Amino acid sequence: MTTADARRSTATRQALIVGLSTGLYGISFGAIAVASGLTVLQAQVMSLAMFTGGSQFALAGVLGAGGSAASAVTTSSLLATRLTFYGLRTARFLEAGGWRRLAAAHLTIDESTAVAEAQHDDAARRRGFWMTGATIFVGWNLMTFVGAMAGNAIGDPRRWGLDAASSAAFAALVWPRLRQSPAPTTAALAAVIALGTAPFVRPGVPVVVAVLGALAVVVFRRGTR
Amino acid sequence: MSRQWTAILGAAIAAVALKVLGYLVPARWLAGERIARATALIPVAALAALVATQTFVDGAHGGRLTVDARALGLAAAVALLWRRANFLVVIVGAAAVAALARAAGLH
Repeated sequence: MTTADARRSTATRQALIVGLSTGLYGISFGAIAVASGLTVLQAQVMSLAMFTGGSQFALAGVLGAGGSAASAVTTSSLLATRLTFYGLRTARFLEAGGWRRLAAAHLTIDESTAVAEAQHDDAARRRGFWMTGATIFVGWNLMTFVGAMAGNAIGDPRRWGLDAASSAAFAALVWPRLRQSPAPTTAALAAVIALGTAPFVRPGVPVVVAVLGALAVVVFRRGTR
Repeated sequence: MSRQWTAILGAAIAAVALKVLGYLVPARWLAGERIARATALIPVAALAALVATQTFVDGAHGGRLTVDARALGLAAAVALLWRRANFLVVIVGAAAVAALARAAGLH
């Protein structure tokens, strides 16, 4: 086996491990979406058409709390802005045009980007990206359906602590992003702003205000120093 | 169209547009240091605000702040994250703790 072959099979192996374990998380999305008052079909359409993980949880969370469609879409889109920046990086080695570029864009998520960037040549990067993206897409959607059906079957979601599962999902998503300064300060500031405004504005609005407020303080203060 | 479908449609269009944008715009358009820093911090701020509101806001009482079974669930989640537990273990652990707390009579 040549070095290039070996690198491609390493990419395949990593893609399958990450892809299968991440796809499984779809079960928690399906259950939480249904617990937030969405139907099985709505949860499924979200996993197929949005395919963003974090923003899907955010949309369900804001809608479940009674927020307007506008604040739910804003929160979900704020979380998806990072994907634009992943695309800037993955486009360099993917060299995809036409419908393949559209497919690549849809599969551009945290995990496909991370697995691709961990590889050592462009052929392996492409293999890692497509394999991870495709495996997660299939797994995430199948498991969304399983989770949504299960969520539908168990009755009152509060009795099963599914509202706490939603908090835990957001905590698990933010956790790995807290390592570098000023992320912890930003997170604390955003949490305080969100809680400080929650009693006075409609559900969903506090998250948007918190993002704008925390960023204004952190980015502006550091930018002018 | 219901509030849910309107939101799903809007969020799906926005998500796909944001993804496609990365493949269409020249990298230098988004190369500024301040833009890079802001975009790295947006998910941190949004997720932290979501953790806070999903845990401590009482939607049934006009957005009043409250500490209930969800806070215990979140504490369990943080403890599990600290121990480097897998995503699903964190979710199931938090739900189980909140469910047990409610079974024991906590709101």
